[in-house]
Amino acid sequence: MTAEEIFNLLKEKFGDSILEMVTDVPTEPIISVEPLKINLITQFLRDSDELQFNSLMNLSGVDDNNVQKVKNEDGSFSSTDGTLSVYYHLDSLELKHKITLKVSTNRNNPEVESVTDIWHSANWHEREAFDMFGIKFNNHPDLTRILMPYDWKGFPLRKDYENPEFYEGMKIPY
Amino acid sequence: MGLLDKEFNDSNIVIAKMEDVMNWARLSSLWQLSFGLACCAIEMMAASASNYDFDRFGVMPRPTPRQADVIIISGTVTLKMATRIKRLYEQMPDPKYIISMGSCANTGGPYWEHGYHVLKGIDRIIPVDVYVPGCPPRPEALFEGLLKLQEKIRTETIRTKNKKTA
Ligand code: SF4
Repeated sequence: MTAEEIFNLLKEKFGDSILEMVTDVPTEPIISVEPLKINLITQFLRDSDELQFNSLMNLSGVDDNNVQKVKNEDGSFSSTDGTLSVYYHLDSLELKHKITLKVSTNRNNPEVESVTDIWHSANWHEREAFDMFGIKFNNHPDLTRILMPYDWKGFPLRKDYENPEFYEGMKIPY
Repeated sequence: MGLLDKEFNDSNIVIAKMEDVMNWARLSSLWQLSFGLACCAIEMMAASASNYDFDRFGVMPRPTPRQADVIIISGTVTLKMATRIKRLYEQMPDPKYIISMGSCANTGGPYWEHGYHVLKGIDRIIPVDVYVPGCPPRPEALFEGLLKLQEKIRTETIRTKNKKTA
């Protein structure tokens, strides 16, 4: 199936939860969907006979780096919330077609449904996205840090991350 | 060494200084803690394998710190690992030695600026005897480091260890 057909099929089935499709990218076209509907949508993508996306090739978090300073009427500045995104690269080994899904969520309270029960390979990928960006995956069986120490503060791959001076008495900066 | 050269011919008595015998024994069988960290560990494994054969210097890997004499910090020390390394080091019996292998263990290497997770030099938590530069150092370089360590051990004495130098 082409990306166009997949997009229309999803639109028909899920309506407003499917936001848009971007095609002028060097990879597979990217379909944006609602973060809290991703579990339902991926279940359909995996189970429907025409799609059969049986492989989650990759799942990664991204800081969109879109926090903007806005000038208020009284001349003061405030900043917009900005977003964090999660990308899902799907592959159908049966039908040999691919697609990329994207969800964007508010940076201050990033919440996404987990897809661990759809593809088990998502488990550690989601933990990594949580570890690096602080994205919360609802209904994840064990959402703990996977790389950094459990007592680490902050999320290192966020654009506004500041490295601490010390960790357990060890100096971190060079 | 020359320690045992002639004397065995006549009788089974060797007369030598206690220090020399102890140092000779120590430096000829440095058992390394069997453990590696990153890309440098691959070179360390190559050094142990048949082509380079670390064993001819008496170095062989022991999988427990209780029986190890030397710990080769071979690679990137993350902060998470650093706490474990410290514990391993403390579990080793004295006398114990440390070889810091590669830029990462020496100073943080390629992660010196943006490595939020990397300890910038293992000497921030444990005392290092020999630094081996390189990224990664070839097995020959590691051998050089080991020979330097052996030289160091050869000059150790029981007496001056805690004596104040005048
Ligand atoms: S010094 Fe170079 S080769 Fe060794 S662990 Fe670091 S990056 Fe890898």
